[in-house]
Amino acid sequence: MIRRLPHVDRVGIEERAAQLGKRSIKTTAKQQGIRLAVSMVDLTTLEGADTPGKVRHLCAKGVCPAPTMPEIPSVAAICVYPQLVATAKEALNGTGVKTASVATGFPAGQVSLEAKLRDTDDAVNAGADEIDMVISREAFLAGDDTRVQQEILAVKERCGDAHLKVILETAELGSYDHVRHASMLAMEAGADFIKTSTGKASSGATPGVCLVMLEAIRDYAERTGRIVGFKAAGGVSTSKAALHRLVLVKETLGDEWLTPDRIRIGASSVLNDLLMQYAKTETGRYGRAEDFSKE
Amino acid sequence: MTIETRTSIVWDYAPAPESADHIRLEDRYGLFVNGQFREPRDGRYFPTINPATEEPIAEVAYGGPEDVTAAVEAARAAFPKWGALGDLERAKYLFRIARLIQERSRELAVVETLDGGKPLRESRDVDIPLAAAHFFHYAGWADKLLYGVNAREVRPLGVVGQVVPWNFPLLMAAWKLAPALACGNVAILKPAETTPLTALLLAEICQEAELPPGVVTILPGDGSTGAGLVRAPGVDKVAFTGSTAVGRDIQAALAGTNTHLTLELGGKSANIVFEDAALDQAVEGIVNGIFFNQGHVCCAGSRLLIQESVRDEVIAKLWQRMGRLRVGDPMDKNTDVGAINSAEQLERIEVLVAAGEEEGATRRSIACELPKRGYWFAPTLFTDVSPAHRIAVEEIFGPVVSVLTFRTQAEAIEKANNSRYGLAAGIWTDKGSKAFEVASALKAGVVWQNTYNHFDPTAAFGGYKESGFGREGGPAGLRPYLEVVR
Repeated sequence: MIRRLPHVDRVGIEERAAQLGKRSIKTTAKQQGIRLAVSMVDLTTLEGADTPGKVRHLCAKGVCPAPTMPEIPSVAAICVYPQLVATAKEALNGTGVKTASVATGFPAGQVSLEAKLRDTDDAVNAGADEIDMVISREAFLAGDDTRVQQEILAVKERCGDAHLKVILETAELGSYDHVRHASMLAMEAGADFIKTSTGKASSGATPGVCLVMLEAIRDYAERTGRIVGFKAAGGVSTSKAALHRLVLVKETLGDEWLTPDRIRIGASSVLNDLLMQYAKTETGRYGRAEDFSKE
Repeated sequence: MTIETRTSIVWDYAPAPESADHIRLEDRYGLFVNGQFREPRDGRYFPTINPATEEPIAEVAYGGPEDVTAAVEAARAAFPKWGALGDLERAKYLFRIARLIQERSRELAVVETLDGGKPLRESRDVDIPLAAAHFFHYAGWADKLLYGVNAREVRPLGVVGQVVPWNFPLLMAAWKLAPALACGNVAILKPAETTPLTALLLAEICQEAELPPGVVTILPGDGSTGAGLVRAPGVDKVAFTGSTAVGRDIQAALAGTNTHLTLELGGKSANIVFEDAALDQAVEGIVNGIFFNQGHVCCAGSRLLIQESVRDEVIAKLWQRMGRLRVGDPMDKNTDVGAINSAEQLERIEVLVAAGEEEGATRRSIACELPKRGYWFAPTLFTDVSPAHRIAVEEIFGPVVSVLTFRTQAEAIEKANNSRYGLAAGIWTDKGSKAFEVASALKAGVVWQNTYNHFDPTAAFGGYKESGFGREGGPAGLRPYLEVVR
C-alpha cells in the first residue's frame, strides 16, 4: 500500500481555527451552547486508583449534573476502564446515559493484537455500549497503514453492536498531514467516531487538530454518504474551549451535526466549569468551584 | 447511528452587537488646518452616512479651493521647523500617535464600521491594529533613514498631498502619513468623501499628541477637493491611492512639473490554486481574498485560477464555505460580510455582475437575508468565465469572484500575467520549488504564498503596470518621501 499524504497547511488551519474562536457567544446562545455541550460530555475517569465507589459517584453526577438546575441535561456517557464497566453499567441502568470503555491496551496500545481483542471482549461482555480504542501509533509512524487498518477492522468486528471510537492520539502523530491521513484510515476501517486523544499525551484536542479531523469527516461523508462522529478529548477544560469546539463543528459540518449522536467531548473537569458558567448566566454572579460536587 | 437523542438543543449565535454607547461623535466636523478644526471658507458641509442603515452620522466640512490654498500655506509654514527637527523628536511624536491609536482603538473600530460598513471583526482585528503598527514601524525608522534607503545624506521633500480611498480609511491614512512624517515631510491628507470620520478622529489624536500645528492637515471633501490638492502650487509630492482613471488624470496633470508622484491604483489580482495545494486552506484563502471587506480591496483575489484537475472539488468546497458566511449588521461581532460602502459602489457592482450574466458566465449568489435598508450585495461566484469577459478583466471591487481554469503551470503564469493590472497574486501549492518559480514569473507587486490579504508594515506594497508605481510599507516605503542628496 503506497501512502499518499494529503496536504494540510499548518498556518492556514491554525488561523482558521483561531478565527472561529473569536465568535461571540453570549446570552441565550451561551446558555443553549452550554446545555448542548453538557449533553455531549463523555464524563471520564481513567486512573489507576479508580474504584467502584468512585465510578458510582461519577455516574450519579453524569445522570444529574446539577440538581439545582433541572434544565441541564444528562451527559452522553460515562467512560471508564474495562474492569469498571459492569459497575458503571449497573449504575446507569435505565438512565439513557451510555457506558463507554477504553480498550486495546489504552493508552499506549503497545500490546499484541490478541491482547487488544481480549481487552475489547472484556469491555463488550461487561456491557459497554461504546468502545474507545487506540490506534497503533508505532505501526502508523513506521508507515504500516495496513496494520493500523487491520487492527481497527478486527476490533470493530469484536465490538458487535457497541459503537467504536478510534483514538488517533494526535499529539504523537507529528503533523496535521498525519492527523488527516490517520482520520481517513480510521473511517475507511469502520470507525463510528474518530477521537483526538487519550488525554494522557502532552497535548490533546487543540483547535487545529479538531478542525483537521472535522474536515476529514466532512469530506468522507461527502464521498461515501456515511456519517462518522467526532470526539474531542484532552485539553478541553473550560466552557470557552468547549464552545469553541462546537463553533468549529457548526461552521465546518453544519447544525445537523450538533447532537450527542455525532459529537462528544471527552473530559472530567470541563463539566463543572460548564455548570459554573451556566449558573453565571442565570444569576449574573460568578460562582465558586465548591458550588458543585466534583463527582 | 442508533444512539437516540435525549435532548434536542437548537444552537445559533444570538445577536452580538458591539455597543456604540461609548462613542462621542460631534454633530459637525470642521477642516483640520494648522492644528485646529476650522469652518470651511464657503461654509459648505456634507453629511456622512452609515451605509448599513442609510442614517446620517455627522456633518463634515467640505474643503473648497480656498481651503486648499490655506491648507498648503499652513503646511508650508510648518515645514521648515518640522523638517529640521531632530530625528528622535519626530519619532517621539509618531510613537505617541501610535499609542493613542491603540488607546482609542475600540472607539476607532466602531466609528470605522459605522462610517464604512465593514464588519466590526475586521475593523477591530485588522484595520485599527495595523494602523497603529504602521505608526510604530515608521517611528522606528525616523532616526535610521540613511540605512533605510542606503544613502549618506537625505532630505525631506516638503509638503505632501495625500489622497486616500474609502475601503480602509484609517489604515490608508496611516500608510500615507506615517512614512511621510518619519521622513520629515508635512502632510495634507484628503480622506474619502464617504468615510471621513476616522481621519478626523486621527486629527484629534494629532492634537492630543501635541503634534506641531500644520504638520498634519486633514481636508475632507470630494473628488474635486482631491483634484485641487494634487495640483496646488506648493505641493512637492503627491501620493494617491484609488482608481486607475483618477490616477491617470493626476499623472497627466503633474507631467512636466517638479512634483513627485506615487500611485497605488486598481487591480484584478490572480489567485492561483494548483492541484497539489492544501485545498481546504486554499478555499479559506479564496474566501479571505475576495470576501474580506466585501471585496473592497485593491489587491482582492478577484480572478480565481484553478487547475482543471481540482476545479470541481475546489468549487464545491468554495460554494459550501460561502454558504457559511454571515452577512448582515456590520456591528455584530459575528458578521463576516458587511455593507457595501455606498449606493454608487453598489450600482457599479450590479452593472458588472449583470454584464457577467449577459456574457454567458454562470452566476451563483448565496441565499442570505439582506437587511431592507442600506447597501448590500450577497457574496457571488461566477463560473464558466472566459478570460475575455468583462468580469475577468475589469475591477469589480465587490464580493464577486470569477473562476477561470488552467491546465499547466506555464498556462497559469501566462493567464495570471495577462492583465493590464499587476498589483497582487496568490499561489496555493504545497510544493516549495513551484511556489518560488511561479512567484518570480508573476508581474505583480505582492505575491502571497499559501495565504492572501495578509498585510504587515514591514512588507512593501505596490503595483506594476496600471496598478501604479511606488511602494508603501517597510524601508521601501521611505524612498518616495525622501530626496537622496548623496
